[in-house]
Amino acid sequence: MSDVQSISFERQRIEHLELKNITKRFPGVLANAHVDFDVRAGEVHALLGENGAGKSTLMKILYGLYHPDEGEIFINGSPVRIASPNDAINLGIGMIHQHFMLVDSLTVAENIALGLPSSRGLLTDLDVVSARTEMLAKKYGLLVDPGAYIWQLAVGQRQRVEILKALYRGADLLILDEPTAVLTPQEVDEFMETIRQMTEEKHSIIFISHKLHEVIAISQRVTVLRNGRRVDSCPTAGCTKHDLARMMVGQEIVMPKLTTPPKRGEVRLELKNVHAQSDRETPALRGVDLQIFSGEIVGLAGVSGNGQAELAQVVTGLRPATQGQVLIEGRDMTGKLPGEIIRCGLAYIPEERMRDGMVQDFNISENIILRDHNKDPYAKRGFLLHRVIAEFTDRLIDLFHIKTPSRETPARNLSGGNIQKVVLARELSRQPRIIVAAQPSRGLDIGATEYVHNSLLEQREKGAAILLISEDLDEILALSDRVAVVYEGRIMGILDNKDAERERVGLLMAGVHPD
Amino acid sequence: MITDFFSATVLIGILASGIRLATPYLYASIGETFGQRSGVLNLGVEGQMLMGAFTAFYITLRTGNVWLGLLAAIGVGALMGLAMAFVSIHLRAVQGISGIGFYLFGLGMSDLLFQKLMGEVKTVSGFGAIEIPFLSSLPVVGEIFFRQNLLVYLAFLLVPVAWFVLNKTTLGLKIRAVGENPQAADTLGVSVAGIRYLTVTMGGVFSAIGGASLSIANLNVFQQNMTSGLGFIAVALVYFGGWKPFGVLFGALLFSMVNSLQLWMQILNVPIPSDFAVMMPYVLTIIVLVLTVGRVRGPSALTKPFIREG
Ligand SMILES: Nc1ncnc2c1ncn2[C@@H]1O[C@H](COP(=O)(O)OP(=O)(O)OP(=O)(O)O)[C@@H](O)[C@H]1O
Ligand SMILES: [Mg+2]
Repeated sequence: MSDVQSISFERQRIEHLELKNITKRFPGVLANAHVDFDVRAGEVHALLGENGAGKSTLMKILYGLYHPDEGEIFINGSPVRIASPNDAINLGIGMIHQHFMLVDSLTVAENIALGLPSSRGLLTDLDVVSARTEMLAKKYGLLVDPGAYIWQLAVGQRQRVEILKALYRGADLLILDEPTAVLTPQEVDEFMETIRQMTEEKHSIIFISHKLHEVIAISQRVTVLRNGRRVDSCPTAGCTKHDLARMMVGQEIVMPKLTTPPKRGEVRLELKNVHAQSDRETPALRGVDLQIFSGEIVGLAGVSGNGQAELAQVVTGLRPATQGQVLIEGRDMTGKLPGEIIRCGLAYIPEERMRDGMVQDFNISENIILRDHNKDPYAKRGFLLHRVIAEFTDRLIDLFHIKTPSRETPARNLSGGNIQKVVLARELSRQPRIIVAAQPSRGLDIGATEYVHNSLLEQREKGAAILLISEDLDEILALSDRVAVVYEGRIMGILDNKDAERERVGLLMAGVHPD
Repeated sequence: MITDFFSATVLIGILASGIRLATPYLYASIGETFGQRSGVLNLGVEGQMLMGAFTAFYITLRTGNVWLGLLAAIGVGALMGLAMAFVSIHLRAVQGISGIGFYLFGLGMSDLLFQKLMGEVKTVSGFGAIEIPFLSSLPVVGEIFFRQNLLVYLAFLLVPVAWFVLNKTTLGLKIRAVGENPQAADTLGVSVAGIRYLTVTMGGVFSAIGGASLSIANLNVFQQNMTSGLGFIAVALVYFGGWKPFGVLFGALLFSMVNSLQLWMQILNVPIPSDFAVMMPYVLTIIVLVLTVGRVRGPSALTKPFIREG
């Protein structure tokens, strides 16, 4: 292990880090206003706040990616200047970003070695890096193959690479910006274990998450931001989820639930013996049969990587089915182009919204009309009707509480959660006949999650057929009329809402038939 | 006539000059490979080659020293590369357009200087053939490979060196990372702008040497627009070669051999219209690019300026 430690730079350990009076303005937004924040060695300090509250901004300032307009940073009582990520790394600060910062075409070891001095001077020393990575990986339970390419890895493994990158650089303090958003419940448990181990070794951890039970389970202190300002800080012990939610939003939030029985109509979406391959050309779907009726929500539960993503892509025409049929309102749509399928009234909230859901360089209006830009009422005879588009966008910004300086702001300048709201707003406002929603509340704050859940229920009332894909069992159980459990590309069972107890669903997710 | 064409001497001649003709492609394409792997498309290669060719020629003519000529070309190439880097990295200009600008600049400037400073086509004695002891006396092979001038040898040496730098050094790792995901490289403290300045400047230097290899090694003359599209083919070769030095080598040899073939056909009066013969390499460019499109994926961040807001 001494080998691993020797990599860290000649400097004092971070015992206490303080951000004082940090203010950061973007054009039209006050992202941070006089924020104080501190963290000690061996402590997990959680940072909470709604989408766009300024959490990521504050952390990017600490990591040297943004420069504050006002304020100072202190390490062990002395002021430090962090002008770039390099400064942060040299001071012992590591950051796991809200969106992965990995080079897909490089291997794990190459990603870790990137930017570090090599023991062989100008030449890379990937074998040394691999060996050290494996040692660190074993120590913290972050197993991953150093020779694998990033594009070959599942999200959970990518997350491990991100942590290894920081640990390898000898980080004392780790900023974790929504690290659990993309993890499965099992992976979250393992991740929490890693965090505990790191704090035992006197690492300092800043933890950002919208999942309040995680915050309660792992942190010693909580700080809440609202509209860029620090609202409150307090010890976590003794706080309940409700307390935290109230601090964040300023009011009580009750998550919506199914209350009425479904007004079932005709079959809108039907899958018959659908087979498909994954990106790695292994079988991902092996004969899926599923019917979704008008006026009902079918939840697709399952451990991530059991074919959920592929199923959504086959239905929306983004992935070919190798066998079987997809019927939309009785018409065979297998192998049709996504455009034709959309025209049948299908709305799709993709899992990878940053990549598949929008154009980053387009502004909000443009992203909102992306699908229907050539149609009434947004366009007439090939000309865009800017006034109509503007009004419509403003209405959605208002309805979905999208936090943005204006409708002309490019999507990439929005906070992570607000980017997702734009996609949701576009898809749910199209009066869809069928909705495929993949992880619709991932990365959303509780207020926004409530809104999305209510919107899905409203669409159900209006008669849409809804396929809800989620790894969050609470979400599935609260909203689904029927719960379909997928395991290794097959439907293990379909349970009615009243029979869908947590244990039963859990067993099916593990591939076990209860009877 | 036709029978002459297939004689051993002619075949050896075609191959030997094919090797020599590959030289300017190699310098320019390898330089461009570095730039593109780091995410910058430089379409100004042709202009940089012309400026390099003129500078090398003129300084050699004046001083009688080919080494000074080569050095001057390197200096001019570095300046042009730096200018391209400034415009595309610092000012974040649209790379395709600014590259065309640099091409036009190089084309016009080299011609203007030629008119003002020389006025007529002259010749110099450039880098002479170096016979590699023993190897050059091998039958056939010796004549094809080992009686070339210094710049030819260096061009072929550049290929494995470039491969090594890209794949085995920390600099190469940074270049590849910056071209694929500059944001990620930035968060690890890699200077995206620094790496791109380096590769684009280097590209300018290599393009200029490529130009010099024409004017003071292979042909020993300077004429206006003497590269006639070679720099653009060099850019195409980077795509053809899949952004890999050995792929680029293969492409460069393919083109230079076809070129050599068509030159010899003209020399030997093979009854084919000369226009048609001259067209061959260009037609080949188009065919090859059509066939290779989409075969390999280029660097993801190619042509995208990097901005870190805040
Ligand atoms: N680069 C930028 N340019 C302009 N505005 C920005 C930029 N980055 C962030 N903002 C704005 O600053 C505010 C705070 O954003 P930030 O990303 O810090 O939110 P967050 O608390 O991390 O939210 P989320 O939970 O959605 O990730 C938002 O209103 C956002 O639009
Ligand atoms: Mg954020």
